[in-house]
Amino acid sequence: MSTANLEPTVNAHAAHAAEHEEEDHRMFGFIVFLLSESVIFFSFFVGYIVYKLNADSWLPAGFEGLEVREPLINTIVLVSSSFVIYFAERYLHKENLWGFRAFWLLTMAMGSFFLYGQAVEWMGLPFGFTDGLFGGTFYLLTGFHGLHVLTGVLLQGVMLGRSFIPNNYQGGEYGVAATSIFWHFVDVIWIILFLLIYIWR
Amino acid sequence: MSNASLDVSVVGRGQPQPGAPDNWKRFFSFSTDHKVIGIQYIVTAFFFFLIGGLLAMVMRGELITPEADLVDRTVYNGLFTMHGTIMLFMWTFPVLNGFANYVVPLQIGARDMAFPRLNAAAFWLVPVFGVILIASFFVPGGPSQSGWWAYPPLSLQNPSGNLINGQSLWLLAVALSGVSSIMGAVNIVTTIFRMRAPGMGWFRMPAYCWTVLAAQLIQLFGLPALTAGAVMLLFDLSVGTSFFNPELGGDPVLYQHFFWFYSHPAVYVIILPVFGFFSEIFPVFARKPLFGYKVVAVSSFVITALSAVVWVHHMFASGTPGWMRMIFMFSTLMISVPTGIKVFAWVATIWGGKLRLDTPMLFALGGLVMWVFAGITGIMLGAAPFDIHVNNTYFVVGHFHYVLYGSVTMGIFAATYFWFPKMTGRMYYEGLGKLHFVLTFVGANLNFFPMHPLGLQGMPRRVASYDPEFAFWNVLASIGGFILGVSVLPFILNLLSSWVQGKPAPDNPWRAIGLEWLVSSPPPHENFGEIPVVVSGPYGYGMDEPLVENLAAVASGE
Repeated sequence: MSTANLEPTVNAHAAHAAEHEEEDHRMFGFIVFLLSESVIFFSFFVGYIVYKLNADSWLPAGFEGLEVREPLINTIVLVSSSFVIYFAERYLHKENLWGFRAFWLLTMAMGSFFLYGQAVEWMGLPFGFTDGLFGGTFYLLTGFHGLHVLTGVLLQGVMLGRSFIPNNYQGGEYGVAATSIFWHFVDVIWIILFLLIYIWR
Repeated sequence: MSNASLDVSVVGRGQPQPGAPDNWKRFFSFSTDHKVIGIQYIVTAFFFFLIGGLLAMVMRGELITPEADLVDRTVYNGLFTMHGTIMLFMWTFPVLNGFANYVVPLQIGARDMAFPRLNAAAFWLVPVFGVILIASFFVPGGPSQSGWWAYPPLSLQNPSGNLINGQSLWLLAVALSGVSSIMGAVNIVTTIFRMRAPGMGWFRMPAYCWTVLAAQLIQLFGLPALTAGAVMLLFDLSVGTSFFNPELGGDPVLYQHFFWFYSHPAVYVIILPVFGFFSEIFPVFARKPLFGYKVVAVSSFVITALSAVVWVHHMFASGTPGWMRMIFMFSTLMISVPTGIKVFAWVATIWGGKLRLDTPMLFALGGLVMWVFAGITGIMLGAAPFDIHVNNTYFVVGHFHYVLYGSVTMGIFAATYFWFPKMTGRMYYEGLGKLHFVLTFVGANLNFFPMHPLGLQGMPRRVASYDPEFAFWNVLASIGGFILGVSVLPFILNLLSSWVQGKPAPDNPWRAIGLEWLVSSPPPHENFGEIPVVVSGPYGYGMDEPLVENLAAVASGE
């Protein structure tokens, strides 16, 4: 019985090792996760809208409203980086590693520029996290989004490092694709956030 | 199959058979086998179930007399808060995740979950946030006292003045529980979408898998709302922001929206897999196909969709405007349609069947009866005029205990007895199982039925003392509670002793149809010798048709 079983068992083992190779569910799972994550942002947005619509006095006393010029520059940089990262991915698919690294690094630079601009803006504001509902929601939304941008830049750093492992990125790579999708997600969230906080008066 | 374990050692395929009593150390390791993780979830959750039950025993002891004499009132507040939190976040969610982990890959013909390491990580968060929650008993000021809803402004009170207090630990534990649940949900949804065996189309999938998928989708869209609310509440509590603090212009009702947008659908996250248990067990023990299988399967998704638009029925008395009450009353009553379809289908399945009253069937039948009762009081509570009358009384407490003990916990017991032979390779003792059922059914009804007349007479919930006119029903409820406390003893004795020295279980002790019953008990590592090729639907009782094409290779195991 045991010798008779040996042969098919070994074959089955080899066969299902092949199954593991071809089945990659990570991208599906990651997108499911991102959809779920977006509900947290959506909840914060709903909170912001409800507070703003019901507020008697929305802005902190003596504060005229947020400056739009610098955040707009920031927005343009962040949204453009979504296109840059797309080109980086294209280069990877063409197996041009240095092209990938150049555009990937440019994306990281643009993301870092966004974070720097965000920090500068925070420093210059006359109100804090605990100054009423406006202060609370402003820092909550920009902070939570900034945390995602930071995560994205760190992930990009990891993927850049991994590109130097020989033969690691032949014909595309899951980590790069997932980081790229995450980056687009962060961008789309920022556009909604920018419209809600800076444009909607 | 008797030398299945021999083959493992011959071929050297790594892990020994999970579930076998001689390798219990595997259950304390970072195993990535879905069957080990499933049992880890179930046993851990049951441990917390006992803790939550002990808290309930103390509460029933307090309530057996009208005066607040057994424990201090603030202690009582902590008891009901922690009882509710533990029972929901540390018993029902983890134990049902455990069953999903164990059963779903077997039922859909997969070798494991889609992300085994993520699976293990999600499980190991459970003891972590469990310890955090229990630790809140020992910080200055004691555990959270604001109920399991943690409504502000009550939950914003921090008498101890410490940064680490009962409420902040509670929020941390709930947030971690959310992280664990999202990890689990991503995993289960991906597994069911992507890893079904060849031929396992959507309408060949067992109804249990449908309900698990429907429940996990709710986790994905609902849980982040609670996370958002919990984060804001934590900032209010620890940093001094004003989101929900009315003294600083915040909006406490917005927290209620965030909380119930998740926590009402959470009830369906809990009850849907239990519906799945019923749908699996009734056909097996009535020897008939599940009546209206496709409709039953799809009705789970109707519940998922409706669950997103009913949450305000918890807030009829929160200053909610009349038009909103009307809309949410209507959507709430709509829920009774898909659930009614299921009840109808189960009754039609049993009807005229050749019933075998083994323990799983007894628990499933008991759970069904109590579910119908809970459904009737649920419809009453869904009607805004009635709800406002009994709001925050024991009527509500009675209703949801019929749901959460009467159907959910009874259903979990049914599933435990049903799959115990498969998980351990041993049969449990039928006599002890039946004793467990009788004690549970009598105890649950004696405990939770009196809460309904109490509520109608106006006894408020969450109080340590009450008017002597309520004494009669409270004494009955307490006696029922103590019977429930005793009822777990034969259960523990039964499962522990039969796991160690029970009669070996055959591969298919119930003569059930399903992929999990084609393999050995317990199933071999990676489940199937060859991935099954499914050729017929899941409930072919009395039809004499093969379930899979490659039976011998599937069952060959390793």
